[in-house]
Amino acid sequence: MAHGYVPAQTHAEVTRDVVATLGAPSRGYVMMLAGAVGLFLVGLFTFVMLLKEGLGLAGYSPPVMWSVYITTFVFWVGIGHAGTLISAILFLFRSQWRTAVYRATEAMTVFAVMTAGLFPIIHIGRQWIFYWLLPYPNQRYLWPNFKSPLLWDVFAISTYLTVSTTFLVVGLVPDIAAVRDQVSGWRKKLYSACSLGWTGSDNQWRHYTRGYLYLAALATPLVLSVHSVVSWDFAMSIIPGWHGTIFAPYFVAGAIYSGIGMVFTLLIPLRKILRVEHMIVDYHFDNLAKLTLFVGSILFYAYAMEYFVAWYSGNTFEQVTFWRRAFGPMWWAGWSMIICNAFVSQLLWFRKIRTNLTALFVISIFINIGMWFERYVIIVSSLSNDYEPFAWGQLNPTWADWGILAGSFGWFGMYFLLFARTFPIIAIQEIKETIPFPRKRGGH
Amino acid sequence: MATMTQGVLASFIHVDAATDAIRALKAQGRTDLTVYTPAPNHEIEEALDHPVSPVRVFTLVGGLTGCAAGFAMTFWMSNNWPLLVGGKPIATVPPYVVLGFELMILLGALSTVAGMVIMSVVNARKRVPYSEKFTDDQIGVFVPCRADEAADIESLFKRAGSVEVTHAA
Repeated sequence: MAHGYVPAQTHAEVTRDVVATLGAPSRGYVMMLAGAVGLFLVGLFTFVMLLKEGLGLAGYSPPVMWSVYITTFVFWVGIGHAGTLISAILFLFRSQWRTAVYRATEAMTVFAVMTAGLFPIIHIGRQWIFYWLLPYPNQRYLWPNFKSPLLWDVFAISTYLTVSTTFLVVGLVPDIAAVRDQVSGWRKKLYSACSLGWTGSDNQWRHYTRGYLYLAALATPLVLSVHSVVSWDFAMSIIPGWHGTIFAPYFVAGAIYSGIGMVFTLLIPLRKILRVEHMIVDYHFDNLAKLTLFVGSILFYAYAMEYFVAWYSGNTFEQVTFWRRAFGPMWWAGWSMIICNAFVSQLLWFRKIRTNLTALFVISIFINIGMWFERYVIIVSSLSNDYEPFAWGQLNPTWADWGILAGSFGWFGMYFLLFARTFPIIAIQEIKETIPFPRKRGGH
Repeated sequence: MATMTQGVLASFIHVDAATDAIRALKAQGRTDLTVYTPAPNHEIEEALDHPVSPVRVFTLVGGLTGCAAGFAMTFWMSNNWPLLVGGKPIATVPPYVVLGFELMILLGALSTVAGMVIMSVVNARKRVPYSEKFTDDQIGVFVPCRADEAADIESLFKRAGSVEVTHAA
């Protein structure tokens, strides 16, 4: 039985409309792809220079030895979380509105985590021996230190990438089969190979639906755990501003908030470029905006609680750290984070704003900027003033920091745009599931 | 290449017509049906009344194996090359919970996919006819049968409301 929003199309129209998105690219699409490739090349050049010259090119200076790269790592991991929330958690809650947007958000998750995974490798300096992070038998008879949260992170991120990719690919199989049955020539051969012999038989659906349910059930605790583990990279240390028990839920809420922000940034132009405005409608954006408001309010609470705990703890070091976040040399970053995240999200109480796509797009840009600054403030401001005032110092990012940051947007955008034109960006079979079959005896 | 299974394939646009046909065929003792749908449908599932998929066993076994492997790996490796820190145990449970959990999810998910693939292949019937309309907007029902039974089955499909019936030789 269908509840809530039911698309106006028939089953056949859903297939046609989604297959149409895989046709010849529009001018807008080509321009966006060219922009993404351009940014990627900037990042590639910067990375080659880092390989050649070393990490000295980036703005690391004691005591700030985690800076833009780790900030951007946390930013991209966070972006990934909204995708799994929408595709797995809302699937378990049977939220029907997710069907139109979940494929795009799930693809966003995979490419965002792929992007995030590059940053610890870039940050370690000797990138060619990154595999030392993994436990493998070696001539030195060494094993990694499993008590280190950094190693937990290696396992958390690689598991997250594997499981979210698996979830995306499994969900794609029936839709690729639907595309296969509508196209011809080399595309038919390509989609036939990718559809793994899918026919939609009762035997296939029987195992598929159960398996998909269990994958969602496994991905749900994963999405909550991954950013908790990322937060413990910081919270397990004793740096003022990091050593807080609030960090895990605070990071998870922030991650989902930033991820939904990126969903708006991607979907609002994409639905126009792919001409699917009739499939992703105000109803979907309204629900996404309500979710943004919910997690944005949790984030507002977390920001307030961080300052409250710093004051109430009576711990001088915490108090100084938070005072300097608001009124120290990085006040502009501290206030950017609070205004863009805590206050801007409160605009979404108004339905007129939740259904105004221009307003949502502008808000999403604020969210993206605010969430990058949140991580920048947490990481850089805490490191720049820890226990000993004579050791305090400020970070001065260089072109190598900004080049890699820009490149990461290009790397992500390139994969996302290529995916959107190659595979169904709207889930065909899940939308069809919400549309009742015709009945010879009438009714639904 | 395997030869096509002999039988009758019917296409439906109405879900209640398809479920009527499935129930009528099951009443005749024909349980070896193949039903194609563009999306999963509860009415079809109820009419077919299949047992629950055993994929969950793969998920459970994979998850438990992953969890055990996570703890076994961390304890063994910690003791194999001890990192001695004054007053602290060489191997301890709390930090290793994270690795046990991550590997539980990882192997649980991978074995779920393996279960989906294995069960779909193992339970797959012999080569049966298929139409591209079944991933679009129609429901297909295929019944394997002898040539002399085909006419009766065709008339059953037509009475139920099939829009097209074809014979696979």
